[in-house]
Amino acid sequence: MNAAYTLPDERGHFGDFGGRYVPETLMQAILELEEEYKKAQADESFQKELQALLTDYVGRETPLYFAENLTKYAGGAKVYLKREDLNHTGAHKINNSLGQALLALRMGKRKIVAETGAGQHGVATATACALLNLECIIFMGEEDIRRQQLNVFRMELLGAKVVGVQSGSATLKDAVNEALRYWVTNVEDTHYILGSVMGPHPFPMIVRDFQSVIGNETKKQYLEKEGKLPNAVVACIGGGSNSMGMFYPFIKDETVRMVGVEAAGLGTDTNKHAASLTKGTPGVLHGALMYLLQDEHGQIQEAHSISAGLDYPGVGPEHSYLKDSGRAEYESITDDEALDALKLLCKLEGIIPALESSHAVAYALKLAPQMKKDEGLVICLSGRGDKDVETVRARLGGKGQ
Amino acid sequence: MNRVEKVFQSLKQNREKAFVPYIMAGDGGLETLAEKITFLEKAGATAIEIGIPFSDPVADGPVIQQAGIRALEAGTTLRGVLAKIAEIRPIVHIPLIFMTYMNPLMAYGIGNFISDASKSGVDGLILPDLPAEEEEIIAPIAERAGIEIIRLVTLTSPLERIQAIANKGKGFLYAVTVNGITGARKEFKEELGKHLEKVKDVSSIPVLAGFGISEPQHVKEMNQHCDGVIVGSKIIELFQSGELAKIEELIASSKIEEIKM
Repeated sequence: MNAAYTLPDERGHFGDFGGRYVPETLMQAILELEEEYKKAQADESFQKELQALLTDYVGRETPLYFAENLTKYAGGAKVYLKREDLNHTGAHKINNSLGQALLALRMGKRKIVAETGAGQHGVATATACALLNLECIIFMGEEDIRRQQLNVFRMELLGAKVVGVQSGSATLKDAVNEALRYWVTNVEDTHYILGSVMGPHPFPMIVRDFQSVIGNETKKQYLEKEGKLPNAVVACIGGGSNSMGMFYPFIKDETVRMVGVEAAGLGTDTNKHAASLTKGTPGVLHGALMYLLQDEHGQIQEAHSISAGLDYPGVGPEHSYLKDSGRAEYESITDDEALDALKLLCKLEGIIPALESSHAVAYALKLAPQMKKDEGLVICLSGRGDKDVETVRARLGGKGQ
Repeated sequence: MNRVEKVFQSLKQNREKAFVPYIMAGDGGLETLAEKITFLEKAGATAIEIGIPFSDPVADGPVIQQAGIRALEAGTTLRGVLAKIAEIRPIVHIPLIFMTYMNPLMAYGIGNFISDASKSGVDGLILPDLPAEEEEIIAPIAERAGIEIIRLVTLTSPLERIQAIANKGKGFLYAVTVNGITGARKEFKEELGKHLEKVKDVSSIPVLAGFGISEPQHVKEMNQHCDGVIVGSKIIELFQSGELAKIEELIASSKIEEIKM
């Protein structure tokens, strides 16, 4: 299977997953996007422009850092960190936002709408829009606005309009609903910069491709440092963009284990988690068929995670496919485990990771000791934790020690 | 012949326009469904669109979203609505068309749903998150069971696409009148009349206009360019406020134009 991996197919399906389950009003826009994306891929000047921005503006490539102290602590495989937290705006999200903003310009659309959960995608999109002089409106759940006030202010400083969403659980899922409704209404002059590998085709493919810079760099850097491929790559999953970007370049390298880490919240045996692949069932939401947290009647359930960026009841269609095909493994980490990993990385390596990325760190700490010392694993450190310091402080009762 | 086809054949013969009101099943409790349906039939509705609540209705505006939330809070399920329809069906003569999203149907099981819907006497299905590209998943099974898929065309659909879509069904074509979600509008784009006429030109089945229509004046305007209207949010509001006479007035406004002609 893997040698011939060419998904999605021409209809945007990954096996049974994916597709284009959107209102007819949006069909023209997503067909046009697909067409324009194909042209952009073949257009050297587009690729050069994006590459130049990634290098000089984002600060790529990001380091692949050998975390020696963490390796000693875990007592097994060598642990490397892919430092996406060092990107401009502090997370991997900018890789996709810039790419899609350039696509919007190619399509002659100067207005952008986006959703955001933790605010990282919102900040990245607001940044790209400021740089390229695009109008920007961001939908964000009221609950997330409360958790991520600093990011709201950042987006506003960057010139974006942030609109609070009160419906449903007032988190990422509801922000996507509202962004889709806004897009249906303003589709003629507006591009929707979806922030994860979800939504209708071609979004899961486009976001994956723009994020694949993570895995491509990792592969090259690891080869330079170790002369071989890593034995495992580990990344956290909300919608699944940083993990898909890390996994995709390794899909055909069957010796490389790909491990996605979902948020188990208060535990996967409670109803307060966001482990869509571990506990969910396939269904249609936000334009794609994918694994979802839903009740027996097909009503979407509210997800929970301490990390706003993982607080989503679905997971991208390609991850859904990779789970069923067995090519990738999916695990989950609780709020408490993620917090412990965050504290540990601060103390051992002097790096404050985002709560999202802390889930990947926590699972890597379980995986590394089961591996041999001459093996290696790479954690995608998808974002920095500055935005979470307030949440963590509240949770730890103000005690940093 | 399916009830939808039959009713439109008779409208055509009598040179009448269609009026299809939308209600949310379970809004106000499932026990009120029968009384709403019989009221609307008596008031002159051509067919009734029955919303099945879904937690994340991306094509719907605030009024239908709220109605859906009320229905879900009242414990409404697709299974429950199907049982209720089976109970009401013997006393209702007009077509009953479900409008919902794909996920509740997938959770039920598409094959099981079509079979149970057919037994209950459901005549059609409107699925706003199912464009032509994905309809293979349900359309062939539905149509074999005699349930019409009512397809949507919009202001952004190119003419060839409208034509391709219009040649698929035997029921009617749902022409969306705005770029946007459901909910009352004060006015429509000036070119809307022309758009509707273009749609009618290429369609072999009747064309009904929907989204945003809320006043008798809108109904009359739309009816000059197409075969009838669908009214949702306004009907829900009027049921909420108990203004049943206004519902009758809206439905009657689709008849008046014919008398003049």
